[in-house]
Amino acid sequence: MIRKTVWIGGLLATVMVATLLLLSAGSPRSSAQTPQPATAEVKVDNFSFGPATLTVPVGTTVTWTNRDDIPHTIVSTDKVFKSKVLDTDEKFSFTFAKAGTYSYFCSIHAKMTGSVVVQ
Amino acid sequence: MAQKNKDEILHDHNNDGIDRRGFLKCMAWAGTGALCVMEGGILKSYSLSRLGEISAKEMAGELSFVQISDSHMGFNKPANPDVAGTLKSALEKINGLSRAPEFMLHTGDISHLSKPEEFDTVDQILKGASAKDVFFVPGEHDVLNDDGKSYLERYGKNAKGCGWYSFDKKGVHFMGLVNVMNLKAGGLGTLGHEQLEWIEDDVQHLKHSTPIVVFAHIPLWSVYPEWGWGTEDSAQALAYLKKFGSVTVLNGHIHQTMQKVEGNVTFHTAASTAFPQPQPGKADSPGPMKVPAEQLKSVLGITNVNYVQGRQALGVVDSTLV
Repeated sequence: MIRKTVWIGGLLATVMVATLLLLSAGSPRSSAQTPQPATAEVKVDNFSFGPATLTVPVGTTVTWTNRDDIPHTIVSTDKVFKSKVLDTDEKFSFTFAKAGTYSYFCSIHAKMTGSVVVQ
Repeated sequence: MAQKNKDEILHDHNNDGIDRRGFLKCMAWAGTGALCVMEGGILKSYSLSRLGEISAKEMAGELSFVQISDSHMGFNKPANPDVAGTLKSALEKINGLSRAPEFMLHTGDISHLSKPEEFDTVDQILKGASAKDVFFVPGEHDVLNDDGKSYLERYGKNAKGCGWYSFDKKGVHFMGLVNVMNLKAGGLGTLGHEQLEWIEDDVQHLKHSTPIVVFAHIPLWSVYPEWGWGTEDSAQALAYLKKFGSVTVLNGHIHQTMQKVEGNVTFHTAASTAFPQPQPGKADSPGPMKVPAEQLKSVLGITNVNYVQGRQALGVVDSTLV
């Protein structure tokens, strides 16, 4: 009796897993397979970037918002990205398509530095 | 910056010569408005309130000019919603000087966001000054959008590189330097190799007795590196000026007056005409410092400089807009 139940249970489980796999594989409408593009924020305030080091997955769009009462810029040290000057409440966004560590600074106030670690 | 009571002069040095030990004491209350004139290591000091009593012969420099700085045209936050108004007040102060300055130096951050209309407004306001000639050097706020091209077009017609130049007035050699370009991450102000070579070459044939005035935006000495208040390679520049008996360095950027004397070099920073900034380390960051509206003009100011030919002294006087 038990063996039969177990056998049916096992068959059901296999069918369920198979169904799930079929549903999720190749279906453009399934949200489980196509992740939403990730976004992350960096707040620029008090002559500093918060967080100073941001770790994000590949494909993330990072948005810097200047909350300081003085303008700042976001400039990558390796010249990967460069914002125009951001006055208070202005934003700059960049999408990180490749993994790596991207250090950047404010070209007006060079002591302000930060980095984005893309994994 | 704390407002010092102008009448609170502790020592009435009526034309007493003060030796170097008294120098520091003089510097401490220079912020109240004192004239400190150094002649060959001997300091003579006069309180500003007594300037009227001092003979024109004693006070009259053969050369008189004014330094203004950090007008930040375009800034409109609570620390000062009317920077055009305070710049006009500075002009009124300048135009009210008993001895009209021959010219003015603007040590940068003319504009706040390098916008054409901001530069236009400053130019327009400065047309009302008693001194018609103005010599500029850029601040980091003036070269934001196009690596300083529009700044150069406006103010650097006879300049070299990214805007450095020199000129002579009544035997004094003036050098306008640029230390706000190519700032590196985590770094300080920088002059760069090309400019340093030009400095060496520019002063090579000058007599050692020629008084030198260097003006640049970021301080050429280490005021507070944590806030970027210094220039990485200024030591090299100053080495080229070591042979001169009198070097005066005029800077801006820190929005408060500060002085330092090192050998034959007097370093001086000017107040802003727009907004004050905190003293080194006294706040989290070097941003605009809010003060009660009625106190604003007392923390903004101009600098008046007098030079008497034959003396190696340059008298540097700060006064607030109040």
